[in-house]
Amino acid sequence: MLSKLVRGVAVASMFSLLAGCNLVVIDPSGDIASQQSDLIIVSTILMLLIIIPVMALTVFFAWKYRQGNKDAEYDPEWHHSTKLEVIIWSAPLVIIIALGAITWVTTHTLDPYRPLDRIDAERPLDKDHKPMVIEVVSLDWKWLFVYPEQGIATVNELAAPIDTPIQFKITSSGIMNSFFIPALAGQIYSMAGMETKLHAVINEEGVYEGFSGNYSGEGFSHMRFKFHGLSEDGFNEWVSKVKSDENFLGRSQYLELEKPSIKEPVHYYSAVDPELFGAILNMCVDQSKMCMNEMMSIDENGGGGLAGVYNVMSLTYDVPRMRGSQPLPEIKSYVATLCTAPEEGGFSGEITNLPLFDNVQRDRAMSVAPAGVSTGF
Amino acid sequence: MFSNPDLLHFIFGRLSIDSIPMFHEPIVAVTFAAVVLGGLVVMGALTYFRLWGYLWNEWVTSIDHKKIGIMYIILAIVMLLRGFADALMMRAQQAVAFGDVAGYLPPDHYDQIFTAHGVIMIFFVAMPLVTGLMNFVVPLQIGARDVAFPFLNNFSFWMTTCGAVLIMVSLFVGEFAKTGWLAYPPLSDIVYSPGVGVDYYIWALQIAGVGTLLSGVNLIVTIVKMRAPGMSMMKMPVFTWTSLCTNILIVAAFPVLTAVLVLLGLDRYAGTNFFTNDLGGNAMMYINLIWIWGHPEVYILILPAFGVFSEVVSTFCRKRLFGYNSMVYATVVITILSYIVWLHHFFTMGSGASVNAFFGITTMIISIPTGAKVFNWLFTMYKGRISFDVPMLWTIGFMLTFVIGGMTGVMLAVPPADFVLHNSLFLIAHFHNVIIGGVVFGMFAGIVYWFPKAFGFKLDEFWGKMSFWLWTIGFYFAFMPLYVLGLMGVTRRMSHFDDPSLQIWFVIAAFGAVLIAGGIGSFIMSIVVAVIKRDKLRDETGDPWGGRTLEWSTSSPPPAYNFAFTPVIHELDAWADMKKRGYVRPTSGFIDIHMPKNTGAGFILAAISLVLGFALVWHIWWLVAVSFILLVGGAIAHTFNYDRDYHIPASEVVATEDERTALLAKQQA
Repeated sequence: MLSKLVRGVAVASMFSLLAGCNLVVIDPSGDIASQQSDLIIVSTILMLLIIIPVMALTVFFAWKYRQGNKDAEYDPEWHHSTKLEVIIWSAPLVIIIALGAITWVTTHTLDPYRPLDRIDAERPLDKDHKPMVIEVVSLDWKWLFVYPEQGIATVNELAAPIDTPIQFKITSSGIMNSFFIPALAGQIYSMAGMETKLHAVINEEGVYEGFSGNYSGEGFSHMRFKFHGLSEDGFNEWVSKVKSDENFLGRSQYLELEKPSIKEPVHYYSAVDPELFGAILNMCVDQSKMCMNEMMSIDENGGGGLAGVYNVMSLTYDVPRMRGSQPLPEIKSYVATLCTAPEEGGFSGEITNLPLFDNVQRDRAMSVAPAGVSTGF
Repeated sequence: MFSNPDLLHFIFGRLSIDSIPMFHEPIVAVTFAAVVLGGLVVMGALTYFRLWGYLWNEWVTSIDHKKIGIMYIILAIVMLLRGFADALMMRAQQAVAFGDVAGYLPPDHYDQIFTAHGVIMIFFVAMPLVTGLMNFVVPLQIGARDVAFPFLNNFSFWMTTCGAVLIMVSLFVGEFAKTGWLAYPPLSDIVYSPGVGVDYYIWALQIAGVGTLLSGVNLIVTIVKMRAPGMSMMKMPVFTWTSLCTNILIVAAFPVLTAVLVLLGLDRYAGTNFFTNDLGGNAMMYINLIWIWGHPEVYILILPAFGVFSEVVSTFCRKRLFGYNSMVYATVVITILSYIVWLHHFFTMGSGASVNAFFGITTMIISIPTGAKVFNWLFTMYKGRISFDVPMLWTIGFMLTFVIGGMTGVMLAVPPADFVLHNSLFLIAHFHNVIIGGVVFGMFAGIVYWFPKAFGFKLDEFWGKMSFWLWTIGFYFAFMPLYVLGLMGVTRRMSHFDDPSLQIWFVIAAFGAVLIAGGIGSFIMSIVVAVIKRDKLRDETGDPWGGRTLEWSTSSPPPAYNFAFTPVIHELDAWADMKKRGYVRPTSGFIDIHMPKNTGAGFILAAISLVLGFALVWHIWWLVAVSFILLVGGAIAHTFNYDRDYHIPASEVVATEDERTALLAKQQA
């Protein structure tokens, strides 16, 4: 409550100084971002306790002990005072102990991986509350949002009902970005082959800016989207609007979408392959690729021995995705030459909805190898 | 012959006429014309005044630590002009590129500029400034005649310079990296950055890194082994202490940078998968490793600046430094802590809360010794007699500015706050706040302070003050708007904005950058005017500021051998102590002085490294082989050069010292 008050005062004074500009980080619309903004203000005040006296003393001493002031005391040998030494080490220490304690607690309570326990300061949440899931993929240079519960997907537009806890599952198709909606919550990196999570809630209706916070190359400046905080009805309306577009997002459409583009206009997918996000995360949307989780489970079970070498080709991900903008340099891969011709199951045309954990697929990965040995050597 | 593509490819690698951007980039073409013209004028002047021999014998091949120190600082000032030109271009682009206006720089060019700006400012401006100052001052402060390994010192300097040259070459041949100054993969992997830019980055830093590492080893050994008799560790001047700690950081941190760039190089050249997305690579590993170098690097830069402020504040307050012991302990604590904070550069990667909180708190703990240092400077002013010469102005400017940067730094260290401030212009404002307000101000204070020692006359005071005020005011205009923009949720590295309401802040920032340009111009003017008025500004005592440490006991500029007799130290602030006890300068009894001899080997080996780097960038494999063999062969051949030293005959020492005796007598008369 105190922080609420402090924030009010701080925001008010800031606004009088910076009338007319939108300090979204200090005055956000989501509960997580509000708590983060409180922290910024509290830590600023704590540090000003020490910084203002230091600055004032600097100016005062500089003025008082100026060469021209012969009245001021001059003691060229004075260089030690145990009392002062104790103060100058302990004053910052006390501040840091206070701030350190706050840091330890808030880093845990505001951990982006931690499910929310409140909608805002007044409304706690049940422990077994299920958040709404949104899957986020950063592509070059646009954002793909998949709503598994609604079965829809959008590009460069995000919407969510207010006061509803959201769990974002975030990954990237290639380059690292960071998923950031300042009004909603802090950012978190999106990285290929890895899933990061962010839990947040938006408390006010409105249209907010979202973008990539981490530089990712040529189209980075335009990697922006609007985040709509909508009422329950507004959100349902929005979902039906998306659904009316008659547009399907499967593996082949994704592989097309994934190609680098700049200033991609907003578009909607009325239906989406439920396996798609898992396939993106495991870098096997192209079905000639072996999924990373499969490889990991093979490795966990002792690996494929020498035969494992033959999985190498089906695990390459970056090289086939190379940009078309410049001629490709020659990439040397020393193991793939042992392999047989590309598998029959290689991606061609529209295949959707293939289960990822498919025994047949795994067996194939394991069993291609022996055939390869004879031709390879 | 030239119609055979295979042959052409063999001879030139990836290099072709299309790699020369000036045929399609007017900005580059104009710059190139200016550089060629300037180069021709300088070369013409050197030829006309017959200075080539002088340059080669007295400077290029010199192993005198003082001349090498000066050359480092010249290199830094030249590169500052390049790095600052990049800054002006960015500020101009961001001040205009709103809405439908795309600005004058396409992303392709803009991305190279901000990468080059960061790389140049850190590696080729801040580092040479710091290394140059340490090189010049440390041996004088500890009563030594040179550094421990004089040839290595010359070689280090030329390696650093060749790294800088390779970056400059990338401006005119090919392109520079478009990845940001730390070249995070996967963006910097060959797949996503197939051009030569990242290769220029890798090899420029590898070449310069050899120089930095060797000079680190050199200065540690110098400080540990070559102090004048009686100078125990706790009687060393604070600048020497901070130099020692900085060089320990260099020796411990730079190998990590070398290793991580080798791994990135292997990914790019040999098809390994250390940092790729696929085949078990992990970009997070790169980011961890580069910051394990990168965070100590910040302290490598700031610690010597702290040392400069300590020297300056006690000299210009005419008073002993307050709390010498706690200053030393604070420096050592910072040195150690700087290794356990690196993760605060990427809290947003998704580490667990306990990991983030640990690194957040260790980061905050560093502010305790730093705070203690600020208090020590403050209480040195207390009961002092402060004269506001230019170095002292920089120091007060630093104390007022740096604490703001320290405060925003601690804010960024709180992980949940960092989630909203990370990668924003708030972050940009923070680190410019500490690097300009700390390192740059410190280096300017140091240059103005020690300039009379190096050249025998002071810098011009009017232009020095102009430089201080323009830099300081310019800094606030340029970076305070960035704090505000960061709180408005604006990210770094953007070449275009949609929201027109942001524009005013960028215009203010651009105005600040213009003021800083005036500050740089004034600084150069202060040198030019001082050279013109040098007879008026001359200092013949060798101690123009009433200094307290040993370097002020010799003549300005000091003779090649620094000290005719090695001084014996009894107290901290040795020269102040000598003055107090009525030290009488010896005027007879001089003997031959054993000194190291100049050699061109450092320059030649570094030049071969430059060729090797260029050949590696462009995949000119025959040249790689030739230059590599030459490099190794040359290094081995140099070990057979036994003609390494000579004696300055006693008669020459007598002549030099008598001249000084006469000068001092004239002063007193």
